[in-house]
Amino acid sequence: MHIKLKVWRQSNSNTKGDFENYSLDNVSPDMSFLEMFDVLNEQLIEEGKEPVAFDHDCREGICGMCSMYINGRPHGPLKGVTTCQLHMRSFSDGDTIVVEPWRAQAFPVIKDLVVDRDAFDRVISAGGFVSVNTGNAQDANSLPIPKVAADEAFAAAACIACGACVAACKNASAMLFVSAKISQLALLPQGQAERSIRAEKMVAQMDAEGFGNCTNTGACSAECPKEIGQENIARMNREYIGAKLSSTAV
Amino acid sequence: MATSSSLDAKIPQGPIETKWSKYKSSVPLVNPANKRNLEIIVVGTGLAGASAAATLAEMGYKVKAFCFQDSPRRAHSIAAQGGINAAKNYQNDGDSVYRLFYDTIKGGDYRAREGNVHRLAEVSGNIIDQCVAAGVPFAREYGGLLSNRSFGGTQVQRTFYAAGQTGQQLLLGAYSGLQRQVGMGTVQMYNRHEMLDVVNIDGKCRGIIARNLITGEIERHGGHAVLLCTGGYGNVFYLSTNAMGSNVTAAWKAHKRGAYFGNPCFTQIHPTCIPVSGEHQSKLTLMSESLRNDGRIWVPKAKNDTRPGNEIPEEERDYYLERRYPAFGNLVPRDIASRAAKERCDAGYGVGSSKLAVFLDFAAAVERYGRGEANKNNIANASKEDITTWGKAVVKEKYGNLFDMYKQITGEDPYEVPMRIYPAVHYTMGGLWVDYNLMTTVPGLYALGEANFSDHGANRLGASALMQGLADGYFVIPYTIGSYLAKEIGTGKIPTDHPEFVRVEKEVKDRIDTLMSIQGKTSPELFHRRLGKIMWDKCGMARNQQGLKEAIIEIRELRKEFWRDVKVMGGKDEFNPELDKAGRVADFIELGELMCIDALTREESCGGHFREEHQTEEGEALRDDENFMFVSAWEHKAQEEWELHKEELIYENIKIAQRSYK
Repeated sequence: MHIKLKVWRQSNSNTKGDFENYSLDNVSPDMSFLEMFDVLNEQLIEEGKEPVAFDHDCREGICGMCSMYINGRPHGPLKGVTTCQLHMRSFSDGDTIVVEPWRAQAFPVIKDLVVDRDAFDRVISAGGFVSVNTGNAQDANSLPIPKVAADEAFAAAACIACGACVAACKNASAMLFVSAKISQLALLPQGQAERSIRAEKMVAQMDAEGFGNCTNTGACSAECPKEIGQENIARMNREYIGAKLSSTAV
Repeated sequence: MATSSSLDAKIPQGPIETKWSKYKSSVPLVNPANKRNLEIIVVGTGLAGASAAATLAEMGYKVKAFCFQDSPRRAHSIAAQGGINAAKNYQNDGDSVYRLFYDTIKGGDYRAREGNVHRLAEVSGNIIDQCVAAGVPFAREYGGLLSNRSFGGTQVQRTFYAAGQTGQQLLLGAYSGLQRQVGMGTVQMYNRHEMLDVVNIDGKCRGIIARNLITGEIERHGGHAVLLCTGGYGNVFYLSTNAMGSNVTAAWKAHKRGAYFGNPCFTQIHPTCIPVSGEHQSKLTLMSESLRNDGRIWVPKAKNDTRPGNEIPEEERDYYLERRYPAFGNLVPRDIASRAAKERCDAGYGVGSSKLAVFLDFAAAVERYGRGEANKNNIANASKEDITTWGKAVVKEKYGNLFDMYKQITGEDPYEVPMRIYPAVHYTMGGLWVDYNLMTTVPGLYALGEANFSDHGANRLGASALMQGLADGYFVIPYTIGSYLAKEIGTGKIPTDHPEFVRVEKEVKDRIDTLMSIQGKTSPELFHRRLGKIMWDKCGMARNQQGLKEAIIEIRELRKEFWRDVKVMGGKDEFNPELDKAGRVADFIELGELMCIDALTREESCGGHFREEHQTEEGEALRDDENFMFVSAWEHKAQEEWELHKEELIYENIKIAQRSYK
């Protein structure tokens, strides 16, 4: 396959970026999208040019590191996959592909396609946990959890914190990410003790990071590689309102 | 190569059942006021690192944690699929601490340390309790209790799981505990930082030198103890199931500063991975061992049979694992399943375009589950189509994400045609040598999880890596580190302006300057590929004396060429993945040499280490207990020069036998 690329290049967060055009021959349809970028980078190095910086690690769709905005969609054209799981067979010979970093105020560009997602870690630090120190646990089977609740909690917990939801949202809202964690812990008995304070603190941190508000467009779930559902946002809103009605902690 | 014997593993005296409990009740404690003044550096935030950092901070120590990824949640533990073992005996199928201990020692082909493995089995149940308490959503039965499945090398169901994403859920559990401490200010988190050296002062480890991967700044960090939780070194083979960034650098730098490297040649080749599709391949993807619960492995009985798997009739198939190992069948341990696949492919029975693949077939499971569903719903005359539909639904619930992953990568639908699989490098049993306290041969320097060598002998059983990572981090190091730190309460803050910090920092900077200044013609990536090919061809699934000798020469040549001809683009004072990669590849090249030397020295076959000269008539691994029942611990002396120290393995509780799964 022959592929033309328009790739966002930016030296660091303080400089302006721009698109650069590249052309690649001999792209195999079996290559993953990131392997196509490996080939591009080898080509650039051979030409004495600086390779494109991009985030990636596990290359099997679970670490959440890869983050390319491909032809106007986070992680590209397929449903339910990350950039690293996208293969060139999803494109046609002669295609021009536009590749940008995640664009959101809360995710500043570090270099080229690499962005800073520390904001997500800070949201989790605000309350995305059960406060249980090591060594305090009772027997794992002493508290049965209905399979339906466990499965639903698992579905929310499958979030990989890649940030596609934020990149997809016209408001750069992080509601899907935050709601996935709030939902997981609200659905499990272990999360009950801190249920209210968790919702309040995580939402407050989300706002402080500069993420936008949710206007129920649903682009986040549509683009989420783990297909985290909209019901989580509804659940988060319920948790948050419930917490606010009964507390003045945050 | 010089050799000297006897390394003291500091195993507590007494019967095996009471070693750990006695140790715990007699280990020195550090009082809370002193803990606040003791700093611990944790490098790596996978299961071992995240659980250790969180737990030590909960106890009151000051913790600094480092990871090279953009968030601690992305460490490669996240990609573990199948499950985590624990001797809970929830299935009432005869499991016990002793059985888990026994299975692990036997699975490791009698090359693991009894004391450590028994402790691992003892704490395994606590891990599950801890994870559930932290909100990990394990799979459950309709009654609300935890579900279990089988894994290779065992005859009980002791594996806990969360679909095919167990590692993700466990890591996110540990990560949430870590982030809780970060929020409280008890852990200082340094992400996008890479450890580039350790600093020893007066014979004790006192800190690290790290590079801020965004700015390129070189930083000094002092601590009273340093924990390396930096994972394995499978990427020395270039193609492996490890993440792209997984590397040996931290462990290797520690090795060059005095930490012995244990059993470097013990690598695990996982039998069920998606085969290589072409030259462009950058990594391999695992298909969880849990698939072997329901999938049957086979090749055609005829050579060069090119028909699609679903068109080959039953009587023309060779279910070679069921044929060779009737007692364990498709659930033999990984080393055995991998070698059996290689044997069939080498003999000309491989499938797919490369002929380097075997089938993993779910047709029988689909039918069995489909009939089960029909029975459950009292449908007597269900059609074949209905049975298939219901069966596929059950298979989808169990393994859906794995089937999807397979389809995305290969473009084939595994619900319709059998999967094609082939062995790939997955895990390294070898690692930094540690004693019972998890301390390396450098006082104050510890290694946890896959980074150490201790618990899996020559072959790791499935679902035991997650168990070991969390055991080390949650339940072992919090106790054992006290025996060292109790003597450090008078030390005071570690001064990072000490001449040793200055000296090591300068060495780190000089090395970076050298890498940047060579400006040759070959990218680090290409050197890595060439190293990988040498390692896979000559130190892979089967090894022999001649190949290993050749490999050592080739690797030495490659190292010289690297330092003459590597080309690193970009600058050193900026975000530069090429520079990161160059440093890692340079370390992999040195490690590769040691792995081959170790493989050459170990004149026996055991577990994942298969020397072609040492096999039984049936082609099984032939151990030499008389001469090789020891851990090889290598001390780095100089370039191309190591000294071998031996830790004799003593089996007081398990009778050594030929490892049989027939």
